[in-house]
Amino acid sequence: MSVQIFGDQVVEERGENARMSAFVGAIAVADLVKSTLGPKGMDKLLQSASSDQSIVTNDGATILKSIPLDNPAAKVLVNLSKVQDDEIGDGTTSVTVLSGELLREAEKLIEQSKIHPQTVIEGYRIASRAALKALEEVAVDNSKDPVKFRDDLVKIAKTTLSSKILSQDKEQFAELATEAILRLKGNTNLEHIQIIKILGGNLEDSFLDDGFLLAKKFGTNQPKRVENAKILIANTGLDSDKVKIFGTKFKSNSTSGIAQLERAERERMKGKVEKISKFGINTFVNRQLIYDYPEQLFSDKGINSVEHADFEGVERLALATGGDVVSTFDDPEHCRLGECDLIEEIVIGEETFLRFSGCKVREACSIVLRGATLQVLDEAERSLHDALGVLSQTTREPRTVLGGGCAEMVMSRAVDTAAQSTDGKRAMAVEAFARALRQLPTILADNAGLDSGELVTRLRAAAYGGLSSAGLDLTRGELGDMRELGIVESFTLKRAVVRAAAEASEVLLRVDHVVRARPRTAGRAQ
Amino acid sequence: MAQPRTMDMPDLSNAIVAQDEMGRPFIIVRDQGNKQRQHGLEAKKSHILAARSVASIIKTSLGPRGLDKILISPDGEITITNDGATILSQMELENEVAKLLVQLSKSQDDEIGDGTTGVVVLASALLDQALELIEKGIHPIKIANGFDEAAKVAIRKLEGSTDDVALNKSEFHEYLFKAAKTSLGSKIVSKTHDKFANMAVDAVTAVMDEERKDVQFDLIKLEGRVGGSLEESSLINGVIIDKDFSHPQMPKQVLPKEGETGVKVAILTCPFEPPKPKTKHKLDISSVEEYQKLQNYEQDKFKEMIQYVKDSGADVVICQWGFDDEANHLLLQNKLPAVRWVGGQELELIAIATEGRIVPRFQDLSKEKLGTCKRVYEVEFGTTRDRMLVVEQGATNSKTVTCFIRGSNKMIVDEAKRALHDSLCVVRNLVKDSRVVYGGGAAEVTMSIAVSEEADRQKGIDQYAFRAFAQALDTIPMTLAENSGLDPIETLTTLKSKQIKEHTSVFGVDCLGKGSNNMKELFVVDPFIGKKQQILLATQLCRMILKIDNVIISGKDAY
Repeated sequence: MSVQIFGDQVVEERGENARMSAFVGAIAVADLVKSTLGPKGMDKLLQSASSDQSIVTNDGATILKSIPLDNPAAKVLVNLSKVQDDEIGDGTTSVTVLSGELLREAEKLIEQSKIHPQTVIEGYRIASRAALKALEEVAVDNSKDPVKFRDDLVKIAKTTLSSKILSQDKEQFAELATEAILRLKGNTNLEHIQIIKILGGNLEDSFLDDGFLLAKKFGTNQPKRVENAKILIANTGLDSDKVKIFGTKFKSNSTSGIAQLERAERERMKGKVEKISKFGINTFVNRQLIYDYPEQLFSDKGINSVEHADFEGVERLALATGGDVVSTFDDPEHCRLGECDLIEEIVIGEETFLRFSGCKVREACSIVLRGATLQVLDEAERSLHDALGVLSQTTREPRTVLGGGCAEMVMSRAVDTAAQSTDGKRAMAVEAFARALRQLPTILADNAGLDSGELVTRLRAAAYGGLSSAGLDLTRGELGDMRELGIVESFTLKRAVVRAAAEASEVLLRVDHVVRARPRTAGRAQ
Repeated sequence: MAQPRTMDMPDLSNAIVAQDEMGRPFIIVRDQGNKQRQHGLEAKKSHILAARSVASIIKTSLGPRGLDKILISPDGEITITNDGATILSQMELENEVAKLLVQLSKSQDDEIGDGTTGVVVLASALLDQALELIEKGIHPIKIANGFDEAAKVAIRKLEGSTDDVALNKSEFHEYLFKAAKTSLGSKIVSKTHDKFANMAVDAVTAVMDEERKDVQFDLIKLEGRVGGSLEESSLINGVIIDKDFSHPQMPKQVLPKEGETGVKVAILTCPFEPPKPKTKHKLDISSVEEYQKLQNYEQDKFKEMIQYVKDSGADVVICQWGFDDEANHLLLQNKLPAVRWVGGQELELIAIATEGRIVPRFQDLSKEKLGTCKRVYEVEFGTTRDRMLVVEQGATNSKTVTCFIRGSNKMIVDEAKRALHDSLCVVRNLVKDSRVVYGGGAAEVTMSIAVSEEADRQKGIDQYAFRAFAQALDTIPMTLAENSGLDPIETLTTLKSKQIKEHTSVFGVDCLGKGSNNMKELFVVDPFIGKKQQILLATQLCRMILKIDNVIISGKDAY
């Protein structure tokens, strides 16, 4: 006699089945993005089911975000890559692939060798500790020397970009990204770098503007050029400045009363503009709208006005020109004005921009991307975002490691050494971890159409023999010295990949039961 | 004459009259078939089986080698957890008896906070044993009574075998740490075992009230954030709120002013906006002068508000409500970093942490009412613009702490939070009642031995109930052994003989393969009140289920 304890349509998987479904889901996801890994990785075209939009991308997080998945383990990996994207910006594919490989190895251990999942976890913990320790040992810190550090940054950017659509112009974009990041002076908020995408032209035509671009125009009939600009950046209502006290109502018995009020309102606006002009400025940028009347008043006073510069725009402008964002105008002395040498209206493609050049502080900047199609632009933006993300993290944690499978091989070696001094069954799990790490260079080589078996074993021999800078030179299809080739990756990135992948695989390894509730049917009966 | 038909009259309250295509009326009685009734032995058996199925699901989560469950919500959200109460509450159980078990683990969770899996396993084991006795023909109530008596014996024995760890102050802290470790053993955070155990102990000791032996849980905030790794989790002395300074150009860190010992915090519950009287009102303006007056009034009001804050000497303003753009700028201009839209609960925590008063009106603001803290700063995460604000506590008497948990994905952060909550509970329980028993099933084995010894002294049917109770207690060490890949029967028998031979209750299951059964040496300890509660709750539930002999399930709506 069995008793039904679950409701209708509740699906339950137990023990081996549950574990299998977790493994299979995770491995499937990893396999899905595997082919995008590395400089010879391929892109994916994602077509939306509901709209005609399509995305062409190489970015693991973007791919995974766009596919609706049902398997719980797959969802864990998707979340993993999303977090990696938010934290570091790049390495979203690597982290997914590595945790997929870790689970694949674990599956073998559990299925074939009948090792308890917890023992596997124990082994993985030992292994990830050893791997991270080794990674830390080979990490190089060049932050003391600004020239070298800048060089490192450019190299990191190049490595990151080499697997993306920008790989053709990676030199240019690497320089561009490094320059942009250095301008932020240690700030990691990428919002301060504005990426403007304009259709037309070539990817090569993209540039980092020397000053700062704002996608706005001056008011009508105002001069298109302001030299030695003194800018007041404001966030204030210049449409109709309402009385804010709640429940106020104007009651008038006659038309003349209304006329008087209208005049008073105009006076009020005029007063405000008057106050603003006391700041001794020649440019006024407002986050909110500016109506015709105040705009005209500004023109009369010889002040150029810019309306409706959104939140980010105002914030970036404040950072670039060093002015305060102002909302009250009674106290001109206590207010820092933004300054720059020249503001001019320029046209890029078909769009008009205000270019603020010769800015004083320059802690925000604009990158203009040009490209033939929307998809190219979007993908270029994503790639650039990845590179910027990694670079900004590197400014915080300046250590670097070598790419091209080199860091993985060094870690794998350390893990193998750790395995030799581990007793019990968990040693097998430690070895498995090393194998999973070696899968990354294998996939790199496979994607490049090279003989991975041959190359990776040679790489292993080199690395285990003590050559700690050997890696795969995928353009020439042989082993190379990564330091000489300048294939450098951020230490933070690699560390996050190993840590996160180990944690995620541990989460999934611990599972032995899946209970799926009845899907909600959006209010429809049955 | 025809016999009157002896068909049961259908329940006509649910009946409707319909017509077929020819216009002839007929009666449809709805939901008749849905009504179910079970009674007698059959009902009991089905209950016990339901309990058994529930227990069989969470049984594998017990102990340091226990495994986790994935629960998928109706919306496809995923929870991965090892916590009995969480598993059961999200499992969407339909069976009534199964729901009782959910309640059971919930009440253990509310009372004690840990041992939610154990209590369900125990209850189901008791019911299993009861089923055998029922089949022998013993009356359920008699069994329940016998179980109650047995539970008393067990708890008496348990109480006798406790060790009070508070006798030695210096060792007490060590014990708290060990107990926290035991409770974390089965969770994912065992990866950074010491760190989380330390966090739990430090958090509780920071906020505990030694006089009253109580710990106010409201003062410990658990804040989680994806990114980084479990190892980066930390205990923060003060409060973290998911907010940033109201103006992008305000400084990212506020340190005490020169000559001052701390940052002065003004905690406000009034908005930096023109006043909005609560009484319904209407303000009619009829002349231009009035309009201008109103304008000036408005502006003065802003200045006045800022002046009040400024006069009080505050360095930072924390406000429950929003700011008007103008006020925001005035704050910036007056070098008053401010935070807006801070939730009520967080506001209270900040007030406690800084020993400040929550001020409802600008007029009431004064120097004495300001809070003091070491510093207030923003922390940034990753490449997004997400920021959080940390109010770091200075040397004040009242304490609040925040356990800040990081992890590589959402599921791990959530699970780490639950795990930490459990171990906080364990530590708190030890602060309240410092007696411990030994884990790894040692306490259960001791009780089981005591109960079965007592069994022979019972008269009549209670003997059976006692023996059954003892066997049910054995389930816990057996499950632990099974989950750890050991032979359950062999392990149990070894433990029993060892405990009897050496007259001690320190021998338990060696789940982690440390090569020793001595739980005292391995420092596997559980709070006494947690164990006691488990026994009491399980016995009570068992009695309740045994008393049911009739189940009527009325027809449900088809939706």
